[in-house]
Parts: sequence; C-alpha cells; structure tokens
Amino acid sequence: MARMKFLCDAERCIECNACVTACKNEHEVPWGINRRRVVTINDGDPGERSISMACMHCTDAPCAAVCPVDCFYTTADGVVLHSKDLCIGCGYCFYACPFGAPQFPQLGNFGGRGKMDKCTFCAGGPEADMTRAEYNQYGTNRLAEGKLPLCAEMCSTKSLLAGDGEIIAAIYKERVTMRGYGSGAWGWSTAYPDSQGV
Amino acid sequence: MTTIWRLLALCLLLLPLSLAQPVSAQQHSAPREAATVPADEMQMFQELQGNLEGRVSIPDQRAGMLIQPGGKDWRDFWRETSPWVGGIFIGGMLVLLLLFYLIRGKVPIEGGRSGETITRFNGLDRFAHWLAASSFIVLALSGLNMAYGRALLMPLIGPEPFATFSEWAKLAHNFVSFPFVAGILLMFVLWVKDNIPGRLDVEWFLAGGGVVGHGHAHSRRFNGGQKFIFWSVLILGSAIATTGYILMFPFTVTDMAGMQLSHVLHSVLSMIMISIILAHIYIGSVGMEGAFEAMGSGEVDLNWAEAHHDLWAEEQRAKGHIHTGGGRQAVPAE
Repeated sequence: MARMKFLCDAERCIECNACVTACKNEHEVPWGINRRRVVTINDGDPGERSISMACMHCTDAPCAAVCPVDCFYTTADGVVLHSKDLCIGCGYCFYACPFGAPQFPQLGNFGGRGKMDKCTFCAGGPEADMTRAEYNQYGTNRLAEGKLPLCAEMCSTKSLLAGDGEIIAAIYKERVTMRGYGSGAWGWSTAYPDSQGV
Repeated sequence: MTTIWRLLALCLLLLPLSLAQPVSAQQHSAPREAATVPADEMQMFQELQGNLEGRVSIPDQRAGMLIQPGGKDWRDFWRETSPWVGGIFIGGMLVLLLLFYLIRGKVPIEGGRSGETITRFNGLDRFAHWLAASSFIVLALSGLNMAYGRALLMPLIGPEPFATFSEWAKLAHNFVSFPFVAGILLMFVLWVKDNIPGRLDVEWFLAGGGVVGHGHAHSRRFNGGQKFIFWSVLILGSAIATTGYILMFPFTVTDMAGMQLSHVLHSVLSMIMISIILAHIYIGSVGMEGAFEAMGSGEVDLNWAEAHHDLWAEEQRAKGHIHTGGGRQAVPAE
C-alpha cells in the first residue's frame, strides 16, 4: 500500500508559487485561506532557500491527537483528513501542528474561527468521492481519480514531489547523489519519525 | 537572530565542500547509506533554538512560521499531563469530600435551631454570588468537556451528537465568561473590605477551622476559610479570565508560544479552581446544617451565626438586627 508524502526539494524551489496558485484554483480556496504557502529562509542572503509547505500528512498526526471532537482520520494511504461537519473551530490543531497547516476563515463571534480547512493531498473529505457535496467542502478529489496532488504536478522545477513515500524518497536520493549536496528531505524527521528517511 | 542565520548559511555553504570529495568517489558505486534522519536537517535543528521562520509574499505574515517545535510540547501537555492534573485535583477532591462526609457527616448546628435569624446576605450579595456561581457551573462543565469529552462522553453518545454538543458548549463557554467576570467583580466590590486577612484568620486555621477538631475559632463576617475562597476565586478567576480572553482573541496580543502558554495556564488553573469550588459547594450545601440559607434566603439561624461567626453575630445583635420567628423551625422530635 502506498504511503503518500510530500517532499519539497529546497535546492530546486524558485519561489514561483505555481503550487500555491494551482491549489487555490483547483479547490476554489477562499481569500485568506492559505492551504499551501512558500516560505523563503535567509531571503536575499547567501544560503537562501525556499520551501513550499502545506500539510505534511504526518504519521501520528498531532492535529488528530489534540482535537477535542476527534474529527480527523487517516486514510489507508496515510493521508490525514478531517470532517468539517464535526469540527468546532477550537483551533487546537493549529497550536499542535508543527507546520502551521490548519487554516481558519475568520467568521463567528469574538474573531472565532469557523471550520478548519487544510491541504487534503487532493483527496477530498469524508463525503462520497467526487461528488458536489465533497467538492463544496473540501475541493476536488484527485486521488480518487488515480491522480496525484496538483501542486506537485504544476511545480515548475519539480522541486515539490508528492506521492508514495518510497518513490519520492528514491527520486530525492538520486538527486542528492548526482548534485552532491542537499538540505535534506525537509520536515521528514518531524512528520514521519518512524520511516527510514532519505 | 542574524547570528543563527549566518551560521546556517555558513553550514549550507560548507556542505558542498565537505561532501564534494567522497560523493564523486561514490557516484559510480552503491548509493549512500540511508540514515534515519538526514544529517543536514538534524544539524539545522541542533543549531536552531526555537522556531524556523522565513519570509512570505502573502499578507498573512504568520504563514512565515515554517516549523514550530513548541507544538509537540503543547500536544504532550494536553494529551499526557493535563488529564492527570484534572484527575488528581478534581478526582482527588471528590474522594476527599466523600471520605469527609462518611467520617464526619453533616456538621449540625450547636444547640439546634433557635428560631431567630439574622440577615447575612442581602439581595445584591446573593445576586452577585449566584451570577458568578451559575456561570461557573456552565464554564466548568463546558471546559471539562473540552478536556475529557472525547474520552468520556463521545463513546457514549457518538461523534455527531458529541460534536454538536461540543460546539454549543464552546459557544456557551465563550459567552458565559462575561457574566462570570461581572459576578466576580461585583463580589469583589461588595465583600473585599470584610475579607482582608488578619490575625484572627491565622488562629482560625490553626484551630482547624472547626472542620477538623471541635474548637471554634473567632470569626467576623467571614472566617479564614471563606477569605481563602474569596481570594482564590478572585485571583484564580482573574487569571483564568485573562488567559481565556487571550484564547478567545487568538494572536491579537501574543504569538504561538504565548497562545500555548495561555492555554496551559487556563486549563491547569481552571482544574485547581474547580477542585476548590467543589469543596466550597460541599460545605455550603450538604456539609453544614444551616449554611445554605445564607445564600438561599439570606437569613441565617442565630445559633448557627453565633457558632460560626461569633463576632459578626455580636455586631449584628448590637445593631438590633435579630429577627424573631424567622428562618426554619427545628423539626420537633416525634
């Protein structure tokens, strides 16, 4: 069984934001919700690196652990999804997430959060696959069609890889060997602590 | 901050130099050994003390936080530590109260009821108390639902009803905080002058407060134990309210670490306060004969007042505040 993961090759990312644009367009993500974002470290200085970050779909996901209503679930592929019907918008998942994946529309009383939204690995939600109901809440379900996340598909430099962890780890390993250096499979030791890494 | 980035940049720059030689030798042999964690990332985390942040081109600057390791500590607190804190403080207090009731029983009025009463709390006093008290019950239950609901309530009623209930509980928790704060402020204004600690209270505690042992220490309007409750409610209540409002207006006054700290303080202090209030509820209801009416009707039996608040009863008597024929009559023995 495939174990789906993301890997952003920080050596290749040129901060073009194609991944961000692809995600926002594909799922009609509202203003202010940033499912995917590109963060640039050391901007303008030597050693500048850009990394595209959404949800890492962690093994033993911290968001799922702290949710007071247990609205998260992990699919057989290792994709971490949640139910917006159960979500009460408490924000605990955002406090626990190392990567800042949960996003909240600023609706409701006292700047209260509304239903949490996040990257779904283009795998939709608990509703039936590829239905209107699922699309309205969670966006398209590409995985159900046998496709991979659009952000990685649209990446102009193929720095963002998405798919079975073993396959993308092998791709990355080959790259690192060929070019002789790398900043490491960024985030993997936090998100997938059990796996033998790159 | 700049030093860390320079160090990081230096390491990243030096990496090609360090890897150049061995890699070129390895290129045509077996790929390098897969380590559990890439050396570069571990090195980065070792140098990094705190969060990894960068620049983002979008208006939400909070998105610049790439990784916050503090989330793990907060998760461990919420899932591992907090249930024990609640269990020990609240569960422990319930056990203590049960044992106390089984051993000591209901503390009777010495000499039985007299049939005469004194006004202890007027309408405004009682309004302030019950405003804060009823709000507290709602806040405590909805708060405990956040901590324990998933483990205790959800298996009983199922995920959908539990989520609906929790959503309403969260709303109740947020809105009822306001009458709670109002009640506490009102109680403070009304009773602070009678709650200043003094030597009498030290003696009251040393005498066991009449709860342990049978001596009765002197007391004015409020005895040492009540002053403890007053200041606990005020101090804990204020701290809980403050952290609560920080949580209710997230990231307006503080950052991620601040929010996590506010949450930790809010939950720990609340559990302590719940445990103290449980004792307060006990003593004011089943624990002591004649205690509830102080807040119920406002009128207390004279014998009760002389036994538990002797100096205050004396003052009231001197002012001529005794009401005859009031209060509950003692039930005659059959």
